[in-house]
Amino acid sequence: MSASAQLPDVEPRFFTRAQWAAFLVPTLVLALVLPLLNAALPAEHLLRPSDFTLNLYGKYATYAVLALGVDLLWGYLGILSLGQALFFALGGYAFGMHLLLMIGKDGQYKSDLPDYMVFLGYKALPGHWEPFYSFPFAAAAVLVVPALVAFVFGWLAFRSRIKGVYLSILTQALTYAAALLFFRNDFGFGGNNGFTDFKRVLGADLNSPATRRGLYLASVLLLAGVFLLYRWLTRAKFGHLMQAIRDGENRVLFSGYATARYKLFVFVLVAAITGVAGALYVPQVGIINPSEMTPEKSLEAVVWVAVGGRGTLLGPILGALFVNALKSWATRAAPELWLYIIGGLFIVVVLFLPGGLISLPAKFRAAWAKLRPPPPAPAAPAAPAGDLHP
Amino acid sequence: MYRILIYLTVVFYACIGRALAVEATPTVSPGRARLLAALLAPPAEQVAAIRGLVGVEDSAITPALTAWRAGELFLVPLPDGSRVPATLAPAPAGGDQLVALSVLDGSPIPDPNGPSGSSAPLLIAPKSLKPLDTTAPLRRAMRDVLEVAGVADPSASVRRESIERLGQSRKAEHLPLLQARLVIEQAPAVRSALGDAIAFIQLADADPAVRLAAIAALGEAHSLAAASRFKELLAATPPPSPAEAAALTAALKKIESHWKTVNFFGDLFRGLSAGSVLLLIALGLAITFGLMGVINMAHGELMVVGAYSTFVVQNLFVSAFGAESLAFHFYFIAALPVAFAAAALVGLGLERGIIQFLYKRPLESLLATWGVSLALQQTFRLVFGPANVQINAPAWLQGSASLNDVLFAYNRLFVIGFAALVVFGVWLALNRTSLGLLVRAVMQNRQMASCIGVRATRVNMFTFAFGSGLAGLAGACLSQLGNVGPGMGQLHIIDAFMVVVSGGVGNVLGSVAASLGIGTVDQLLQPILGAVMGKILVLFAIILFLQWRPGGLFPTRSRSLD
Repeated sequence: MSASAQLPDVEPRFFTRAQWAAFLVPTLVLALVLPLLNAALPAEHLLRPSDFTLNLYGKYATYAVLALGVDLLWGYLGILSLGQALFFALGGYAFGMHLLLMIGKDGQYKSDLPDYMVFLGYKALPGHWEPFYSFPFAAAAVLVVPALVAFVFGWLAFRSRIKGVYLSILTQALTYAAALLFFRNDFGFGGNNGFTDFKRVLGADLNSPATRRGLYLASVLLLAGVFLLYRWLTRAKFGHLMQAIRDGENRVLFSGYATARYKLFVFVLVAAITGVAGALYVPQVGIINPSEMTPEKSLEAVVWVAVGGRGTLLGPILGALFVNALKSWATRAAPELWLYIIGGLFIVVVLFLPGGLISLPAKFRAAWAKLRPPPPAPAAPAAPAGDLHP
Repeated sequence: MYRILIYLTVVFYACIGRALAVEATPTVSPGRARLLAALLAPPAEQVAAIRGLVGVEDSAITPALTAWRAGELFLVPLPDGSRVPATLAPAPAGGDQLVALSVLDGSPIPDPNGPSGSSAPLLIAPKSLKPLDTTAPLRRAMRDVLEVAGVADPSASVRRESIERLGQSRKAEHLPLLQARLVIEQAPAVRSALGDAIAFIQLADADPAVRLAAIAALGEAHSLAAASRFKELLAATPPPSPAEAAALTAALKKIESHWKTVNFFGDLFRGLSAGSVLLLIALGLAITFGLMGVINMAHGELMVVGAYSTFVVQNLFVSAFGAESLAFHFYFIAALPVAFAAAALVGLGLERGIIQFLYKRPLESLLATWGVSLALQQTFRLVFGPANVQINAPAWLQGSASLNDVLFAYNRLFVIGFAALVVFGVWLALNRTSLGLLVRAVMQNRQMASCIGVRATRVNMFTFAFGSGLAGLAGACLSQLGNVGPGMGQLHIIDAFMVVVSGGVGNVLGSVAASLGIGTVDQLLQPILGAVMGKILVLFAIILFLQWRPGGLFPTRSRSLD
């Protein structure tokens, strides 16, 4: 696999001093400084990030968690799953159910039932909705439901050694089937319109700036935590194994590792974490509907990873931010060009920049080194980490 | 091969001939004189004259009487003293004047004072004429005539419909008229409708023997309307006599089992045609994905290229020959090669521009082609607009044949035949030509083939273009079955991938079996579970099926791992 050989390999240390700084400074800025500025400064102050900005960043943070999951599976394990949007949306739906019940009698129809149920003529709340009145149950469902779906699907797929493009196509079909199911009114999850009009979470008003700050903070902390977890996972022996599976699954299998179990573990773990991201996404955008779980959404997440740089953990975050910021700008400035931009971006990245944006500095450095006359003394070259293990 | 071509040509011309025969119906009839006489008769004789029109075969009777009854019929006096019955309509040129349209043939009455030889219509000032008088007895007579006028209509389908309506009304007074019509009726479909209607009215006959015969006749005729009437009769108070109840139950059972069979075969046929559509779509994929290992997410968009090519060819034909011309009906034949060529060309560009660099990175070819698919979708939207475009089926693809109550739509029959032809063609091309040999060699082992002198890049290029062209053909066919719009490709692409995966990658035969199987199962499940649930179930069934046979129905055997 020539492509995967270009991906950086495992580094020996968790974080160098500089890396700790590089991790902590933006995390502190995002998690402490921005919310504080938002809370303390007067509304028109130049330095105050607006509520809208915080909300947007919070949304991007959940996207970044989704992208990290795609990357752990694709960049490190070699599984291109097109079902990640499904897990994201399942988490969102599970939490959305709780949020919907928390509306109480404040809905349009002033009924205990959610609006769409009144509209569809439900007489009583279906039994499986009852437990979602409890926040802990809903929070658990956010983790368990996507994990369960991932477990069943993954167990079946990895057991029969479905891999590569076949797995991609099957996950795509799974997502497609689920979207079709959720689009139906009689499936009982609001059909086309999904859930919306949420009022409060944990008793706090969803429209108040304080609640929005809280949700933003939770998203940023989730992103930071997931980043550390994945960093730890990929640095450990487990990480070596994941990359070995990516580069030559049969060799790993014949060395005595049950590769299917490793893959299943990562698949389920990522699904659960993606579900949490989805759960945080829903209260911030205020709506969840089946269009969030289409195969196109999964592919979009893959674009973020490809653009940012797969096989690195920083790349997907950069990619999610860059592509979404680009999307926000392009859909306003030139809506009819957006599909050309993202399509073109995809083609260009795949053809000319397989390492993504994150590989650009190294490329520039290499190009610069070529341009410059060779240094007189044979100094030790600043080799990229990947060359340490030939 | 030539014999097949000759046969197809004959069938084709037969279809065209059929379409044209329907258009040219004779319009001259002796009944017109009687209608005119009734309209111009003195008021005292009009009721009798109108009632005399029952059973007269003329298409002008219904519009004339309808207009008269509504008080919209005028007698336009001409300078020669004759009067022409006509309706008035606003003049196409505008203005206050009205044009007189003769009720006899619906054409404007020419102005007798105008220059000779010109066909300038006679213009009439509004309110200068009084509508033809109606009285209560006249209106009653007209209503009675209109009610049964359809029985004698020149068009067989109108006759059939109005006969069925009379049967449903269950009025004994219509019985003599229907029986009289049965003596002279020629068209078999109308005859059977007459028989049903007569039996339906006879269900309420005073004579039990006639009733029993009617029940038996309706049971034999598998009349659906009769089935619901039978149920009403069985549940009615007072209940029917035991003999009659037994006859009703037996006839009901007969009708229900007949329609069960008909529906089953109808579903089977629809399944076969849905499978053929899938097959046409998947065949191109089976070549690009199955044989070449390239995941082309833009395959659906290549299909749309084919569909839009059909649209363009149709419009060219309309502007060159006119929408009503005979040549227009051939546009679809011309569109097929155009669709193939257009899609193949786009595919060629795609292969040269992107895919040739990604043969060793299948996952990335998936992503790059997805980017292409987005760009193509947007292009369709910009060029043809975001809404669906209008594609008119040629006459020979409209309508359906009915065999023992099972309807076979011509366009679906065509798709089945066309899919069979394409599969045969692909099989010939892959297995019986030297190019096919090269293709198979390169697909099996690209490096080895190039080592022994096969120009692999070229073979790849042609194979990919060929697969893309097949997608174009599928799109052209789909344009005759469903909507054509920018998002059309996305609807079918996942199904098509599932067909190739479950059929066994790299195997045309597997794709045939899988697409027909999936199409049929899908259609058979739909009446039970509904359209979406059936589709979902099929998707899950395929996922489970792959557990059992990960390589699909016909896996490619190989000693290599990875």
